[in-house]
Amino acid sequence: MSAPESSGSGRARRKFLSDAESHVRDSGHRSFVRRTLTGYYSSRDTQKARYRSWEHARDAASLAKWSAVNRLDELLPQFVERFEANGGTVHWARTADEARAIVLELVAKAKASSIIKSKCMTSEEIHLNAALEDAGYGVVESDLGEFIQQLRGEPPYHFVFPCMHVRRDEISELFRERLGSAPTDSPEELTMIARRHLRQLYVDADIGISGANFLVAETGQVSITENEGNARLTVALPRVHIAISGIEKVVERLDDLAVLLPMLATAGAGQPMTCYNTLYAGPRRDGEPDGPDEMHLVLLDNARTALLADPEQRDALYCIRCGACLNVCPIFKNVGGFTYGTTYQGPIGSVITPHLRGLAEWSHLSGASSLCGACSDACPVRIDIHHHLLHNRRNAATSSPNRVEKMAHAAFRAVASRPALFALGGALFRKSYWALRRLPLPLLKGWLATRDLPAPPQRSFRQEWRRRAGRDG
Amino acid sequence: MKVDLFIPCFVDQMTPQVGLSVSKVLERLGHSVAFRSAQTCCGQPSFNAGYWDEARAVAIRAIKVFDGAEAIVGPTGSCVAMMRAFYPELLAGTPHEGAARDLASRVFELSEFLVEKLGVVDVGARFPHRVTYHDGCHGLRELRIKEAPRKLLRAVEGLELVECDEPESCCGFGGLFSVKFPMISTAMAEVKGESLARTGCDYVVSGDPSCQLQLAGWMARNGRQARFAHIAEVLAGDAT
Repeated sequence: MSAPESSGSGRARRKFLSDAESHVRDSGHRSFVRRTLTGYYSSRDTQKARYRSWEHARDAASLAKWSAVNRLDELLPQFVERFEANGGTVHWARTADEARAIVLELVAKAKASSIIKSKCMTSEEIHLNAALEDAGYGVVESDLGEFIQQLRGEPPYHFVFPCMHVRRDEISELFRERLGSAPTDSPEELTMIARRHLRQLYVDADIGISGANFLVAETGQVSITENEGNARLTVALPRVHIAISGIEKVVERLDDLAVLLPMLATAGAGQPMTCYNTLYAGPRRDGEPDGPDEMHLVLLDNARTALLADPEQRDALYCIRCGACLNVCPIFKNVGGFTYGTTYQGPIGSVITPHLRGLAEWSHLSGASSLCGACSDACPVRIDIHHHLLHNRRNAATSSPNRVEKMAHAAFRAVASRPALFALGGALFRKSYWALRRLPLPLLKGWLATRDLPAPPQRSFRQEWRRRAGRDG
Repeated sequence: MKVDLFIPCFVDQMTPQVGLSVSKVLERLGHSVAFRSAQTCCGQPSFNAGYWDEARAVAIRAIKVFDGAEAIVGPTGSCVAMMRAFYPELLAGTPHEGAARDLASRVFELSEFLVEKLGVVDVGARFPHRVTYHDGCHGLRELRIKEAPRKLLRAVEGLELVECDEPESCCGFGGLFSVKFPMISTAMAEVKGESLARTGCDYVVSGDPSCQLQLAGWMARNGRQARFAHIAEVLAGDAT
């Protein structure tokens, strides 16, 4: 991945605008995604209601992440020491390039011929699959949603529900075409088709690659959460296990998981707990019946320390990647996951992508928000998501201001500072409303293309008020 | 109590009747109402666009305009949120921070002022219609106003309050967002507008004229039957 650019090319912005434009026209897709989420809303609310206090649980989860992120300098070395005492090996990666190089070297050293992989957004962030394939290695995704996306040749649509946009009949057709299975409408049968295909691959694979949900400093364990059992097989069957994790995943104590694991499940998927929550503490030891011979952990920075150095937005590192903010976001639901053009979609992606990939090129994501705040309310670790969109807008306007916008806001300030001028400007707007409608003013046209705008009244409030005072006096 | 009106710039220019309804409701409850004509805008457009220096100048001016006011009441959750939630952040570390915090404690959205500050629920209004209420996001999430407008509406004689199936969804206005990203803004208006239309209500009532501009604009363009009223107009008996 290239270093953050100092000035944006505008390419990402133009692509975002045109993809959003075409996506909103696909009302079938939009309502499918909305329908897909209705089950989530009701089960999430049911599970939230089982907490004695969801809001206090959010406080506790936020506190656990706050104390870990603010003591990363202390907890990361502690985690590494204990992880290595358990027999694991840690590899530090400053950048995506370094992380890919480390994995490629481990794969080469293991003389691997096949690789199986469980869900790992950090690997998406560093574009690992493409690097492995370019180097001639086959890699198969074992998470059902990721497996489907891999067959489709698409990145994840949503970082928790990778194929939420794909209809069941499309999956059936995909499996028929690629795996030779009989068409079916049953989700269970579709799952079994994928499972039958994957089972032998676990056995054959030399290397299993996984992500990590939490790194427990107290015990040196890697916590992985999943619903399908595929991560357990991915980690346990191959000779070598490589986990890839951002450095911000550290928590201090094993007890912290008592709040974080259920909240991750409830906020992210409307579950009381995810089906499988496993703690991995190093490779197989003497006398143990299963487990890999080697366990490696790639700890990735990739601009996370720069975010850590920003006191205003540091809390974005609390993110446990539950996806709750995407599920409630009207922007996500209306533009879809691919339009973002980022590894991490939705509100949290709009906040952190400028830090990962450069503000100038990616600030439009922070602009593409009504700032409704549904994301911040949904966040189980209380990240101030929508206010960070404002902070990104401010940082972008400061570091690379748009000349026309800057002039417009300076003019606005001048008018808003003089009540007489302000009243005059208002009067001019109201009197010339019909003429203005005919002028090629892009912003006004943008409104009028899809929405009516009522004709303004004869008199402003301040004029009405003066008349009233005149009558009363 | 002596109440100062806070009339946002677009209420001033586009919906002056809303401001008059606010004063009517407050005067009927026995309060004296003043309007400081030096007020202009709260600075939110520049603030939201990231031009905080420009917004700061406008904010400092607004703070001075309302100097000494006992209670400042506005018919909008959005501009009140700008003053209460964002002025202290915008002016943090400047000599105006204290004044910003002081203003924040004196500025109220109409429904919360009536219910929370004055303890009034029944203002003696009559409005024999089926009504659904649209929450503006700034009121809902920056000011945590949810129950106050509903308490007021339930106390209106003849009024039947119905919730839509997307009660906490944004209308998609978002200030300059509505014209910088018109396709997304319109898609959001469609989702919310269809939900409001499904209630089959006679009126959509809101506490934010800007949301109303967006929703009424989309619904009128797309042939959805809906009449709109600001909550102040309903409470004042001015809704038509």
